[in-house]
Amino acid sequence: MADPMRVRATEAGGVVDVKILMKHDMEAGQRKDASGKTIPQWFISTVTVQAQGKNVFMGEFGPAVSKDPFLNFKYKGAKGEKVTVTWVDNRGAKRTDEATVS
Amino acid sequence: MDKRIAYGVVIASFAFLQACTSPTKSEAPKAAAPAAAPAAAPSGSATDEIARYRAMIADGNPADLYEMAGEELWKKPMGPKNATLQKCDLGKGPGVVKGAAAELPRYFKDTNKVQDLESRLVTCMVRLQGYDANQIITAGFEKGKRKDVEAVVAYVVANSKGMPIKVSIKHPKEKEMYELGKKSFFFQGGPMDFSCASCHAENGKRIRLQDLPNITEQKGAAMGWGYWPAYRVSSGNFWTMQRRLNDCYRQQRFPEPIYISDNTIALSVYMAYTGNGGTVETPGLKR
Repeated sequence: MADPMRVRATEAGGVVDVKILMKHDMEAGQRKDASGKTIPQWFISTVTVQAQGKNVFMGEFGPAVSKDPFLNFKYKGAKGEKVTVTWVDNRGAKRTDEATVS
Repeated sequence: MDKRIAYGVVIASFAFLQACTSPTKSEAPKAAAPAAAPAAAPSGSATDEIARYRAMIADGNPADLYEMAGEELWKKPMGPKNATLQKCDLGKGPGVVKGAAAELPRYFKDTNKVQDLESRLVTCMVRLQGYDANQIITAGFEKGKRKDVEAVVAYVVANSKGMPIKVSIKHPKEKEMYELGKKSFFFQGGPMDFSCASCHAENGKRIRLQDLPNITEQKGAAMGWGYWPAYRVSSGNFWTMQRRLNDCYRQQRFPEPIYISDNTIALSVYMAYTGNGGTVETPGLKR
């Protein structure tokens, strides 16, 4: 159901640079639709990034994070590692995507 | 409950800041240089700040997400005929996507028309997949099948990124469209007595804090044509050239132009041909 993410991971000098682009509406719960009804909150609540099965990034997201969030971080790692990104939103929807460090 | 939510927000924004500060700092000078360079008009501190902002967000252009979706739609059998778009001829032969957008709009023999990327995609969706053109034309942006057209546009234009704009007006129909587009560009009317030229025919004009390109010159036309379609951060969605033009007309308080109508394609020919030699930077990223 959820749309795929774009995950890129590149290594330089023992540090892996991970760039993640997530597709999500990130509805803050403050907006109203054309008929005046409040659009309910809908946002990514947790993001977990694993490298070779080990957690390297964990984040709690909220309604203040923008639509289609972009996340960039670095960790100590090597080429060829498998980076797995998982997000869960407040409705329980989930999406997991993978990338190999190049 | 409230407290817990607020706490979550703080954590999330903190994680975000932490994650973003170091790379943006180190990359800013590198990226800012090319972004600041095309600011043709007198650049004050405000325009510099906008250039800096663009450089900061350039790395995570969400248009990439539309591009991914578009690539999937290109390859997936769909529609009443259950066919893919992989035989679609965008001007460089059936199925050739690489560099196609840099040479559009152009004249197509099979339809005997000058077509831009969007009208050509609609032709392919009708002929190959069996969709109804009118449904796409009347759907509205981001609605129905039009939404798929927009995603495929993102995919196709990304495959011309970095190439020079190369639009011809050699064919009599292309020449005719160019002249019509030029006429349309300078046509003044509507309740505010506006034309495209009111804002886009002089150097140094701006709307709010943003410099407006002078589309009557090569440099300005390349800035305008080369950076659209783009993801708009302010509205959080991907805008095709048709949508850009539609909104230009809205801003002038003209009646809404019909999707992929001759007038919108003619304007595209005028802009693209004037901008020939400039670089295709699509999908762009706009405020």
